Amino acid sequence: MIARRLIFIAPFAAFTALVTYFAAGLQRDPSLIPTVLIDQQIPEFDMPAIEGYEVGFSSADLGGEVSLVNIFGSWCIACRIEHPLLMELAEEDAIPIMAIDWKDPPGAGAAWLRKFGDPYTRIGDDFAGRVAIDFGVTGAPETFVVDKNGRIRYKQIGPITPQIWREDLEPIIRELRNESAQGDPADSDIAGDNIGSGAGG
Amino acid sequence: MGQALAVEPDEILDDPALEARARDISRELRCITCQSQSIDDSDAPLAKDLRLIVRERLLAGDTDQEIMTYMTDRYGDYVLLKPALRADTALLWFAPLIAFGGALGAAFFYFRQIRKNPNDSDSNKNNPYSEDPSTENPLAEYPYNNSHDTDNADRIDSGAADPEMK
Repeated sequence: MIARRLIFIAPFAAFTALVTYFAAGLQRDPSLIPTVLIDQQIPEFDMPAIEGYEVGFSSADLGGEVSLVNIFGSWCIACRIEHPLLMELAEEDAIPIMAIDWKDPPGAGAAWLRKFGDPYTRIGDDFAGRVAIDFGVTGAPETFVVDKNGRIRYKQIGPITPQIWREDLEPIIRELRNESAQGDPADSDIAGDNIGSGAGG
Repeated sequence: MGQALAVEPDEILDDPALEARARDISRELRCITCQSQSIDDSDAPLAKDLRLIVRERLLAGDTDQEIMTYMTDRYGDYVLLKPALRADTALLWFAPLIAFGGALGAAFFYFRQIRKNPNDSDSNKNNPYSEDPSTENPLAEYPYNNSHDTDNADRIDSGAADPEMK
């Protein structure tokens, strides 16, 4: 008798579960694509300097200390949103910020930095966009947190807002700084699967 | 394909066989920034970069599988328009089959029930001349079988009628 009633209830329950699942799915931002590179070594790269700069940015510049790798471009509107925050971090000497100038026409990235300020420790010119692809970049801005061993530990898709900095990035950076230089990322309880809000366009 | 090509003339490889492979591979790869298009369909700059990489790797002698691995190493399974068949994606692939099998099974039991007890079928439920007084009538406990004919009244009173259903 119970089994018989179950036959009538089960499809309804299954349907309700499905609708709930889909409704939850609608709340998610489809531009936030989890990265597969968490806990992986950074890719090998060696980018030339952008116009007017002496040094470029290569994978050898990472590791040793916790740092950020920021993807930007003069064409990227959302990059303007996070730029004041990056400037503030640079002024406070909060953390080395490395930059990949992604798919910018020659000189455009440098002109943009002259206009809005340059918060970066190192800048590489990724005109062809190959380094960005090696980082699995899906849009700009994106920011990677790289640990002392040169491993990607976190990825922020979209602009870093003051709130994201306070609540997500800063605690992670603090924890990574406490790690020993050859620690195993698997021991850490940092969930690398980000992901803050914002336009990753 | 009846649509305008996103592939630009300067991207096309001289070797038609390699180019054909490039097109096939590109159709399987998702444009990361536009998401609902393949990189073969998309005009997005990132899609173009990925198309160029596909062709470069083909020229370098990579197999199709090696190129797919190159892409999933960077962008994960997300970049594949056709998900890989693995243990953790098996449910995704076989859910439709399981659902269809379940429906088929349910239909089988339902019709077998009707053939065994013809009087329980909907067409007979209001028939007072129904000859089967079987107490195993599976529908006996349901209110819509509660017609005022004596046959059924007997069964409902004696049977395990659910008070909730009344």
